[in-house]
Amino acid sequence: MARPRARLLQGNEAISLGALAAGCNFFAGYPITPASEITEIMSRELPALGHPFIQMEDEIASLGACIGASLAGKKAMTATSGPGFSLMQENLGYAAIAEVPLVLVNVMRGGPSTGLPTNVAQGDVQQARWGTHGDHPAIVLCPATVGQCFELTVMAFNWAERFRTPVILLGDEVVAHMREKVALPAPEEVEVIERRQPTVPPDWYVPYKTDGSLIPRLASLGQGYRYHVTGLVHDERGFPTRRPDEVEPFYARLFGKISRHFSDLELVRAFELDDAEVVFIAYGCTARAAQAAVRIGREKGLKLGMLQLLSLWPFPRRPVEEALTGRRMALVPELNMGQISREVKRVNNGRTQVLRHGKMDGNMITPDELLNRLREVK
Amino acid sequence: MPPVHRSVVYGWLRHDKKFPHVWCPGCGLGILLGSLLRALSQSGLDKNQVVLVSGIGCSGRLPVYVDVGSVHTTHGRALTFATGIKLAKPELTVITVMGDGDATAIGGNHLIHAARRNLDIKTVIINNQTYGMTGGQYSPTTPLGAKATTAPYGHIEPSFDISALSATAGASFVARSTVYHVTQLDQLLGQLIAKPGFGVVEVLSPCHTNFGRQNRLGSQVDMMLEFKKRGVRVERWQKLGPQEREGRYPLGVLVDRQQPSFDDSYQAMAAQAAALRREKQP
Repeated sequence: MARPRARLLQGNEAISLGALAAGCNFFAGYPITPASEITEIMSRELPALGHPFIQMEDEIASLGACIGASLAGKKAMTATSGPGFSLMQENLGYAAIAEVPLVLVNVMRGGPSTGLPTNVAQGDVQQARWGTHGDHPAIVLCPATVGQCFELTVMAFNWAERFRTPVILLGDEVVAHMREKVALPAPEEVEVIERRQPTVPPDWYVPYKTDGSLIPRLASLGQGYRYHVTGLVHDERGFPTRRPDEVEPFYARLFGKISRHFSDLELVRAFELDDAEVVFIAYGCTARAAQAAVRIGREKGLKLGMLQLLSLWPFPRRPVEEALTGRRMALVPELNMGQISREVKRVNNGRTQVLRHGKMDGNMITPDELLNRLREVK
Repeated sequence: MPPVHRSVVYGWLRHDKKFPHVWCPGCGLGILLGSLLRALSQSGLDKNQVVLVSGIGCSGRLPVYVDVGSVHTTHGRALTFATGIKLAKPELTVITVMGDGDATAIGGNHLIHAARRNLDIKTVIINNQTYGMTGGQYSPTTPLGAKATTAPYGHIEPSFDISALSATAGASFVARSTVYHVTQLDQLLGQLIAKPGFGVVEVLSPCHTNFGRQNRLGSQVDMMLEFKKRGVRVERWQKLGPQEREGRYPLGVLVDRQQPSFDDSYQAMAAQAAALRREKQP
């Protein structure tokens, strides 16, 4: 097999290429730094491939257009940053309740509000999980390298289609704007999942009645299956309902279709973890600093290790529990005041001592900073 | 009113949806639903190729009763969903139904940009001058001085003219009718469906339960008679002087113009982009 040609790519470029490799054929977006490159690349690529691209009047409209396109059978994506992500929460909730597959890229910058444009931050981790009103499951992926930008974007599309749910790719300014050498797989090597279509004729079709998978086979608009899509809680036929005996099973299925696949959805990467006495639990650009700190520390004889979280939600509880077991200490570095360290502490259950290392000054955490912190807490 | 043909009821009304519908007795939305069903039935369209999109409010509940692909979206956002559907499948006929608050308050930005863009979306805006479902608060079309549950001392804001707004923003087709003028409404909806580009039909409708009650406008019949009294066919309207126009409004086709639609422009641009790419990769 020919060795894939290495390329120098920016994180946002890799996200765009990952989307195209996964079959993305619709993009609607609104300009915002540090995510605009994705919108610009899609405006160049999609028309040339004969697919729709549109710059909408705001982020609300962008996600609305993505939902409409996805209902009509497209693999849709939008890309934004904090202020736009806040505006998208309304339609993100719609995509969750109506079970519309799509990929939402949020490249994090300093917030709240206009915040610190466009310095790096990781303050949207809990918003990605709990930003909409109401309660529903969420799938959130978080890359730390340009290569992971590509891989996780492909995975985001595949999971969106497989589980019929919006999937959030939570990037950050550093990873999005950083350039790295990456070897992308050939198009035929990329595994692409297509959404399941109804197998029954239209007359027998009950859109939200599911088989054992709990995931409905929703036909695309204009395919001869005429049914109702709504943001109201609905019965199996898609019609609004308030009957407790229909509402309760609806929510049970919405959560169950994700929770029964928790083990598939836990994505982590271990680095020098086997004999580590002190473990970093890190994600996004901060995982790069943690990995460097492990390497430097090991040279000095310190038994350090790292667990990088590639999926943030559902929170990868089991791998984190394993990484915490038998360690002297765990340190959670992040560019916020404890959004993931709180989760780590929640699952720790007395296994070890968990410390947070939050930083909010618009800059990355450095490896030296982490090593100094370890010296302080010794 | 034209006779209700079996083809309308059996062809386009959704039969697995339970009736009665959600609207108050006397509401104009039922009349609009009937009119839309007749216009669709007359259009010759295949119902598998029609998608009906709505926002939130009393009008948001209309698509569920029509036997097409129906999408009940978020408040004010019907046009954004419709934009995605139309771009994804240009062969579909995409119709949106919105209320005055839905289309011109929370969705006002989407309305003007959809009109400017001129993507082929057929838009019906039913204007009852109030937020009916939430209990009669003032909307962008509530008249100056009128009472509303959030304007107990009388409304102090000027109101939008939905048709003029749509026309100024660039719509290819703009028409106004009322739920009293049903024959005209049937015809205008038919024209809307046939017309390429972004089109708007504004439909004046009574909300006697909220707007009418608060402003002592009488029963729904009294409010319907107001439409009869105040609505003037646009041909006659043009001959009226300023004094005669006072308190009245034109009905019929207000704008009908040929201009490039977004669909056509996009396809031309995409073909050009593909050709450029082929040149670069010999």
